[in-house]
Amino acid sequence: MQPVATTFFFYLLAGLALLGGVLVITRKNAVHSALALILTLLALAGLYLMLYAPFVAGVQIILYAGGIMVLFLFVIMLVSIEKAQREEQFNRQWVVGLLAAVALGALFVFVYVKGSALFPERMMLPPESSNTQEIATYLYGDYLFAFEIASLLLLVAIIGAVVMAKKRI
Amino acid sequence: MPDATKYLSHLELGQPDKTFLDSNELIINMGPQHPATHGVLRVILKLDGEKVLGTECVIGYLHRGVEKIAENRTYTMFNPYVDRMDYVAAVSNGLGYCQAVEKLLNVEAPPRANYIRVILTELNRLASHMLWLGTHALDIGAMTPLFYTFRDREEILKIFEKYCGARLTTHAFRIGGCLYETYEGFEKDVESFVRFVRPKIDEYEGLLTTNRIWLERTKGVGVISGGDCIALGVTGPVLRASGVKWDIRKAQPYANYPEFDFEIPTGQNGDTYDRYIVRMREMRQSLRIVEQAVNKIPEGPIMAKVPKIMKPPVGEIYHSIEAPKGELGYFIVSDGSTQPYRVRVRPPSFVNLQALDLMVRGQLVADVIAVIGTLDIVLGEVDR
Amino acid sequence: MLDYITSYLRMDATPGQAGNIFWIVVYIFVVFGGVSLAVVAMNWLERKALAHFQVRLGPMRVGPHGLLQPIADAIKLFIKEDIIPAQADKFVFWLAPLIILCAAFTTLIVVPFGPTHAITDVNIGILFMLGVSSLSVLGIVMAGWASNSHYPLIGALRSSAQMVSYEVAMGMAVVSAILMTSLSGFGAFGIGGAEPGTGTLSMIGIVQAQQAQHVWFIFKFFPLGFVALAIFAVAMVAETNRAPFDLPEAESELTAGFHTEYSGLRWSLFMLGEYTAMIAVSSIAVTLWLGGWLRPFPNGLSGETWDLIFSLFPGLTFLFLAAACFYSTARMPKHPYFRIQTMGLGAFGAVLGLIGIVLFVPAVRDRIQDIYWFVAKVAVFMYLYIWYRATFPRYRFDQLMKVGWKVLLPMGIGVLIVTAAVGISPEMLALLRHGH
Repeated sequence: MQPVATTFFFYLLAGLALLGGVLVITRKNAVHSALALILTLLALAGLYLMLYAPFVAGVQIILYAGGIMVLFLFVIMLVSIEKAQREEQFNRQWVVGLLAAVALGALFVFVYVKGSALFPERMMLPPESSNTQEIATYLYGDYLFAFEIASLLLLVAIIGAVVMAKKRI
Repeated sequence: MPDATKYLSHLELGQPDKTFLDSNELIINMGPQHPATHGVLRVILKLDGEKVLGTECVIGYLHRGVEKIAENRTYTMFNPYVDRMDYVAAVSNGLGYCQAVEKLLNVEAPPRANYIRVILTELNRLASHMLWLGTHALDIGAMTPLFYTFRDREEILKIFEKYCGARLTTHAFRIGGCLYETYEGFEKDVESFVRFVRPKIDEYEGLLTTNRIWLERTKGVGVISGGDCIALGVTGPVLRASGVKWDIRKAQPYANYPEFDFEIPTGQNGDTYDRYIVRMREMRQSLRIVEQAVNKIPEGPIMAKVPKIMKPPVGEIYHSIEAPKGELGYFIVSDGSTQPYRVRVRPPSFVNLQALDLMVRGQLVADVIAVIGTLDIVLGEVDR
Repeated sequence: MLDYITSYLRMDATPGQAGNIFWIVVYIFVVFGGVSLAVVAMNWLERKALAHFQVRLGPMRVGPHGLLQPIADAIKLFIKEDIIPAQADKFVFWLAPLIILCAAFTTLIVVPFGPTHAITDVNIGILFMLGVSSLSVLGIVMAGWASNSHYPLIGALRSSAQMVSYEVAMGMAVVSAILMTSLSGFGAFGIGGAEPGTGTLSMIGIVQAQQAQHVWFIFKFFPLGFVALAIFAVAMVAETNRAPFDLPEAESELTAGFHTEYSGLRWSLFMLGEYTAMIAVSSIAVTLWLGGWLRPFPNGLSGETWDLIFSLFPGLTFLFLAAACFYSTARMPKHPYFRIQTMGLGAFGAVLGLIGIVLFVPAVRDRIQDIYWFVAKVAVFMYLYIWYRATFPRYRFDQLMKVGWKVLLPMGIGVLIVTAAVGISPEMLALLRHGH
């Protein structure tokens, strides 16, 4: 299947992701920030699609945008945010922040300038039609142990949350 | 929102355990206008999240001063007023009042009048329970039984209309007996109605009794023990569902109930499901009584000899009957004149409503609505 | 230009896969228009069917037998005053119904009405549908929050908690159905024949797997497929916030629903989104378990005559509907007031009959088959939705969550494990027997 208008879509999605990112940190209202983050995540899902990784895109939408962000919104709405909004915005470590931002920017510029020379010769281009199967083969084959450890970690987190939220065991 | 906590200070509600995820304690108001409070009842709820910590009922929105009016009407003139109290079961109200005044006057209604009274009262019990079933199921979410029960209740109301001209506030009885003779075809109508409605009751039971969702919504909800019922003075199906076998038709019989063969259904757990079962069984027992009565209505007069101007001797009387909602009592004080000195009505819904607080403590908000429905209150009776 | 348009007709793929923008747009319009029409029809059907369940008639005045009632409702909602609560967040208030609507309609992109009759077919089809429908939770939360009122917020949080919980159970049921696509041995109830195939997540691929395996997944490994469908059927009712799982939006409860503060057009967008979501999840159920666009017994009763017999069904359906219209027309009261209604109903019946006759034409008949069977199966699910609403009382919220987490999820996991065990049992047996 032939990809359609790749450049246009790339710039569109990247622009949306950047816009979302900027909005996250500039909005005063926490709910607006969360919504902007959702915009960024959806744009990222689109970028994954363009990288021939449909499974990752689907999972990004289901879990990240549809699950984790809902949780974010729950917390923001349940916890009274009026107090947080009236609090003073402090910015005492601006020097360190500036240095970190400059370093990150330098890294971006370096990667852009070097271009594709950074990547190894033989780059694996997984065929789009079996992305799910390939991921499954690796996940349940080579990386099974890591997978199980991750699920155990999540289980511990769930139990911890339940313990903290219940009034009596 | 005005602070309603002062209403609840007497309840001595403790503070819930505080954690860092402390849930809000809310005081919310199920206002007089609410689809599920069966009239103008205001319930103030103190909630901890979803759990009910305490309630306070604010009544009086339908108070019409009926008892005060009674002091300025003659005994016969007051008869239509009693229908308006429990407007769902008006015939029972009339029966109780007429029998109370007859006791004061020391007259007895003739046997034919008693038969007519019993048939109409039991039909009214059936109609009241049908309305209860429809509205209670609607509150819990089952929309359809409402329409079925109302359609079948129409048949009863048609019989009432043919008999005395009114469907709801019937004013069917007079002091000393009945005014109206049974109309042509009354027995046939009643018999065919009994045959018609038995499978309908089976239909209602088929929809709800073994429905898993109904069971989950009603079992264990609003439990009250028999001892608590007696302590609060709760009567009627609520009392019987908690295990106490007390029905005034058997315990202190009136009219000619001893002539009929019927049972008193009781429950064991005193929860909403048991009250539902008790009322369904009561519907069937009412049908039994009507069936037996309609076959052997004796001939004879329908009105005893009462003076035109009623001046009962000085004295007081308390007479109670088993209304569909509980013990309906009339305490009439006569001072020898044509107008009563005092008529005090003991409405079953008013006394039963006290049990609401006990029944919903610790339950969830959605159960409050189910419990109000299962108590089967009529605000006309609660407020008078 | 014309060549561009006609070149697609010679291809054997969905427009999205072919990359033909013209036909993509045409298909989008057709699907969205069709679904909107279905929502309108569903509105009417719900009121009429509910009424008939409750021994009443439902709308009868606006148009013959209330057929124009949805249009009257739409006009009323359009011209209503647009009220935004004071101090509500205007942007989020405006955005919430749009998110729900967009999420619901976007899922329709991959719904397969036929082997090439879908807007497109992504190879993560079912994952895409589940994911995008989970975005509607965001819309609900935003709607409740933007109303700036205590009760809608609680109602919204409850609705979204319910939807998220039942998504898990839905996912389990879906996974067990996807598992069946890779077990390509066929035989009675799908047992027998031991070659594992490649499973697929694509919607069209799932139906083609059912066709290749000669069994609808509802019957595969009976009763496993059936239990999986049952789990999904219950979860999808809870997912769309319909009875008996509609406590967050019931009128007689204390916390009103998330759409309380919405009036007029915005509220109708919520309803549109809700019905579209119902159609979308029903489409998932039909595709995964009921064979999608396949006619009954596509392999069992194959051949020219059986194909012909089954291809008569669309026309017969429309002729039956037309006959019902004519029967009602005959029974209309003969009063002059009803003249216009009678004529309208007769005309409607004539239109339906005409469509039915057109569907008998062989050229149309062969093409309409897939769409017809798919729509018929989805319509059955829609009717079930209405039936549930009329019959069942409502679950209390904690009982609702209990059913989702403690009943459906363990059942779903159990079905998945057993399906996997049964599915690979031929290989396991071969392994045990041959030892390699």
